[in-house]
Amino acid sequence: MSENKQNSAPKSYLEETGGRKGIFKWILSTDHKRIGLLYLYSIMAWFFIGVTLGVLMKLELIAPGKTIMGAQSYNATFTVHGVIMIFLVVIPGLPAVFGNFMLPIQIGAKDVAFPKLNLLSWYIYIAGSILVVSSLFAGGGPPDTGWTFYAPYSFKTGTNMLPAVLGAFVLGFSSILTGLNFIVTTHRLRAPGMSWMKLPVFPWAIYGTAWIQLLATPIVGITLLMVLGERIFNIGFFDPAKGGDPILFQHLFWIYSHPAVYIMILPAMGAISEIIPTFSKKTIFGYRFIVFSTLAIAFVGYFVWGHHMFTSGMSGTALFTFSILTFIVAIPSAIKVFNWVATMHQGSISTDVPFLWAASFIFVFLVGGLTGLVLGALATNVHLHDTAFVVGHFHFIVFGGTGFAFFGALHYWFPKIYGKMYDRSWAKTGWAIFFVGYIALYMPMFFLGVMGMPRRYFDYLPEYHGPNIISSLGALVMVTGFVIMVINLFRAVKTGEKAPQNPWGGTNLEWQISSPPTLENFDEIPTIDKATYKYD
Amino acid sequence: MSVVHRDDIGSKLGMWLFIFTEILLFGGLFITYVVYRYLHQEAFHLASQELDVAIGTINTIILLISSATIAMSITAIQQKKKKLTLALIATTILLAIVFLVNKYFEWGAKFEHGIFPGSEYLDQLGFGDVLFFGLYFFMTGLHAFHIIIGIAVLGFMYYYVKTDRLTHDNFQLLENGGLYWHLVDLIWIFLFPLFYLIA
Amino acid sequence: MAEEKHHITSYKTYLLVLSLLIVFTLLSVAITQIELSRWAAAAALLVAGIKSTFVLMIFMHLKYDQRMFRVMVGLIVALVVVVIIITMLDFLFR
Repeated sequence: MSENKQNSAPKSYLEETGGRKGIFKWILSTDHKRIGLLYLYSIMAWFFIGVTLGVLMKLELIAPGKTIMGAQSYNATFTVHGVIMIFLVVIPGLPAVFGNFMLPIQIGAKDVAFPKLNLLSWYIYIAGSILVVSSLFAGGGPPDTGWTFYAPYSFKTGTNMLPAVLGAFVLGFSSILTGLNFIVTTHRLRAPGMSWMKLPVFPWAIYGTAWIQLLATPIVGITLLMVLGERIFNIGFFDPAKGGDPILFQHLFWIYSHPAVYIMILPAMGAISEIIPTFSKKTIFGYRFIVFSTLAIAFVGYFVWGHHMFTSGMSGTALFTFSILTFIVAIPSAIKVFNWVATMHQGSISTDVPFLWAASFIFVFLVGGLTGLVLGALATNVHLHDTAFVVGHFHFIVFGGTGFAFFGALHYWFPKIYGKMYDRSWAKTGWAIFFVGYIALYMPMFFLGVMGMPRRYFDYLPEYHGPNIISSLGALVMVTGFVIMVINLFRAVKTGEKAPQNPWGGTNLEWQISSPPTLENFDEIPTIDKATYKYD
Repeated sequence: MSVVHRDDIGSKLGMWLFIFTEILLFGGLFITYVVYRYLHQEAFHLASQELDVAIGTINTIILLISSATIAMSITAIQQKKKKLTLALIATTILLAIVFLVNKYFEWGAKFEHGIFPGSEYLDQLGFGDVLFFGLYFFMTGLHAFHIIIGIAVLGFMYYYVKTDRLTHDNFQLLENGGLYWHLVDLIWIFLFPLFYLIA
Repeated sequence: MAEEKHHITSYKTYLLVLSLLIVFTLLSVAITQIELSRWAAAAALLVAGIKSTFVLMIFMHLKYDQRMFRVMVGLIVALVVVVIIITMLDFLFR
C-alpha cells in the first residue's frame, strides 16, 4: 500500500514510523527490528539492575563478617540478582534481541511469521518483569529462596513469593510465544533456494533454541503453578508433612531449568559461529558438524537435568545415568570449539572488536565447560556441590558464554542495526578492561570452592579472605570496562560516523542490504543459489 | 506492500506448536501422577473408588461427541453449508457446558464430604489420599479451565462464521479452534482412566 | 500457498470413528470393573492410547496432513515418555 513516491532511496526502518509519534512508534510497531531493539533496551535496563545487585554482593564479601548488609538482605539480594539475570536477561537475551532482528533477515524474509504475536510477547515480557519487581516492594519483603524457588521453603517462607513465582510463570509465556514464532518463521519464510543446509548457523541455533523454549518452558510453568497451589490451597504436592516429595519439585524444576541453560548458550554459540568466519575470511569449518551438534545439544540437553541434584538423595541408578548423559552432552559442545579453532586455522584473521569478544568467548567457555565436567563427575561433585566452585562454573558458562557472545554480537551487528560505527579503539579498551576484571572476579571462586567455601552466605571464615578480595576488586574492574563499552556505544548511536553496508566483509544476507535495513529488509526477496559462508 | 500474505500451513504449524506446549504442561502433571501413584499404590487404588465412574463415563462420551461435532463443522464449512456449520459449533459449545455442569455437581459432592485440598478430613485420610485428591482437583481443574477457554474460542468461531469472516476457502482459524478442542478431548482421554478406572 | 488442496473428511467417517471411540470407552470401563487384577490399569491405558491415536489421526487430520506434523507429534509423545522414564529411574531404585 505504499504510495511509491521516490523509488530512489527507501527509508530505513528507523525513519519509517508508520505515522506514529514518540514512544508509540516503538511500542505499537510490529516490525521485528524495532521489537528486537525494544527487547535490547529493556534487557539492558534489567542488566544494569542485576549488575548493581551483583556488585553489592561482592562488596559484602570483600571482608569477613557483616560489611554492608546482613544475612536476610544478602539472601534477598542473591535471589533478586538471580531471578532478574536468569529470567529477565539471559533467557530472553540473544534470542529475543538478535533472534528477532537477524533471524528474518538471515533467512531472507520480510518479518517473522506472526508479527503481532511478536509484539504481544514483548508486552507479556514487560508484564512479567513488573510482577517480578513488585515482589520487591509489596508487604512481606523481597523473596529469599534463591532463583530456584526450591520447595518446601518456597511455600513456607513469609516473603513475597506469589508475585515472583507468578512473574516467572508469565515470563515463560513470553518465551514460549517467541519460540513458537521463530519455529514457524524458519519453517515457512525461508527465501527461495534457502534449503535447510544453506541456512547460516545463527538461524540454526535460534531454531534449536526455539524448540527448547517451546518444549521445556511449559514444565516449569506447571511446576510454578503447583507451587502457587501449595501456597494458596495448601495441597501438599511438595510438602513432606503431607506426603509430598520435595525432590520431585527439584526434578520438575530442573527438567526446565537445565535445558534453559541451553536456551542461553546455543544462540551464543550461533553468534560466535557467525563472527569467527567473517573475521578469519574463511568458510566455517565443518558446517554440518556445527549444525548437527547444535541439534544434538538441544536434544541431549533435555535429559541431563539430574546433575543439579547429585547430593539430593536420588537413587544410585539415576545418579549414574545423569552423570553419563552429562558427559555425552559435552561432546557436541567440544565439537563446536574444535570447529571454531579449525575455522581460524590458516585464515586471514583481523583482530577487530567482535573477534576479540569471540576469541575470549572460546577461552571462558572452555574454562566453564571443563569445570562443568568436574561437577558432572559424581565423586568430585559431592565435594564441590553448593560451593563457590559452582558459582564460578555457572558464571563462566552463563555470563562468560552468553554475556561475551552477546557483547560480541552487539559489536558485530551494531553497524547494521544503527547504520553507525563506534570508536574501535575505545571498544577494544573496554573489552580489555572487562576481560581482565572478569577473570579476576570469577577465577578465585574455583579456588574458594575447592577450599570449601559454601555459596549463598553473607559471611565466611577468615582463611577465605585473600581470594575474596581479588574477586571483589575484579568486579569493580569489570564494571569499569562495561561502563566504557556502554558509553562508547551510546556515543556511536548519537554521533558515530556512518557505517557502510558491509563493514566486516561478511557473506550472509544481512550484509547484502542497506545499513540500517529498510522496513521490509529486502526490496525483492532474494533467491539463494550458493552455499553459506563462501569467501572468494 | 502487497496484500497480507496468507499462510495456512504456517498458521496450522503455529497451532500445533501451541498444542505441544499444552501437552508438556500436562506432561509435568502426568510425571507427578506417575511418581505418586508408584509411591502410594494402595491408597490411590482405594481413593479412586470414591469417584463416580458413571459420571466420568458420561462426561467422557460427551467430550467425544463434542469432538466429533467440531470436526464435522470443518467438513460442513468446506461444503459451503453455513447453517450446518453454525449448528455444529453451537452443539459443541452446548456439550462443553453440559460437561462443566456435570463437573460442578461432581466437585460439589466431594466438597460436601469434606474432600477438598487442605481440608482436615482429607489430612486425616493419609498421604496417598491427600496426593490423589490434590492431583485430581488440580488436573481436572486445569482441564476445566481449558474447557472454559475452549468455549470462548468456539464462541469467536461461531461469530466469525456467522459474519462470513470464515468461509469455505478461508477456514484455517476454525480448523485451529477445532485442534484446540480436540486437545482438550485428548487430555481427558488420559485423565479418565488415570483417575476413575484404577480402582 | 493458499490454494493447497484440503482433504474433506466425510461425515460418515467421523461418525464411524465416534462410535468406535465410544465402544472403546465402554470397553475400558468394563475391563476395569471386572477383576482383571493388575493388568486392568495397563489395559485401560492401552485403550486410552488407541483412542488418542484415532483422535489425532482422524479428528485432528494428521492422517491427511504433511508428514512433518506426524513426525513432530511422534517425537513429542516420545519426549514425554522418555522424561517420565528417566524421572522414574530415581524413584524406582531409591
